[in-house]
Amino acid sequence: MLEPLATGLILAALACAAWALGLVVANRPAGTFTLALLAVLELGLLVQAVIGIVNLVRTDSDVSGVSFVGYLLGSLLILPAATFWALAERTRWGTAVLIIGCLVVPVMIVRLNQIWGGTGG
Amino acid sequence: MVETTTRSGPGRLLIAVYAVFALAATARSAVQIATRFDRAPLAYLLSAFAALVYVVATIGLARGSRTSRRVATVSCSVELVGVVTVGAVSVLVPHLFPDATVWSGFGAGYGFVPLVLPVLGLLWIRRTAARGPSLVT
Repeated sequence: MLEPLATGLILAALACAAWALGLVVANRPAGTFTLALLAVLELGLLVQAVIGIVNLVRTDSDVSGVSFVGYLLGSLLILPAATFWALAERTRWGTAVLIIGCLVVPVMIVRLNQIWGGTGG
Repeated sequence: MVETTTRSGPGRLLIAVYAVFALAATARSAVQIATRFDRAPLAYLLSAFAALVYVVATIGLARGSRTSRRVATVSCSVELVGVVTVGAVSVLVPHLFPDATVWSGFGAGYGFVPLVLPVLGLLWIRRTAARGPSLVT
């Protein structure tokens, strides 16, 4: 895997989660800026998915392809689904959904790296 | 906002967490069954069952109608019984579960969220039910 990108995405996702938490605490709705942040994060995940699949095709090591691709593609669904569910109710609780979505992303990236590293991960 | 459904307010957050578990459990059990079913058939069938329960509970809570509330109550109850039973068995008779399920060790592999989730689900269903009549009167 591409370590710097993975680490960057984890930090970015945690930052977005912190931002969403700030919105919840301040009781402010998610606006254009928040959506832009999430869009950038999603774009990064898309880049990671493309690079990940290219690496998987090229690698000689024994990586569980199904799980790896599953996590790569699954990671792309999280933010759109969370955003959709969050925007359907413009309350604190709706915005809190974004925190969950942003926290799931780092977990998936960590799992991705473990799968890529094989059993040693 | 007279309407009291299980999908609004805190329920929206609860459903989001449920959806994450529905997705994670479904994907995990699909991979387990597809790639190495003969290694731990009991654990993998339980994983699949747990995944199904999460999916049903998520949909039940998210639809927020009277029928789906009943569906959610049943699935959350099954989930609670499941996580406690499987948790206890996996601790007392570990050789029955050579590979982990979502409910092994009372959901320890998932930060015990699987144990807390059905409790919160049932409390939330009860709370929204209790609020209904009080608003009508």
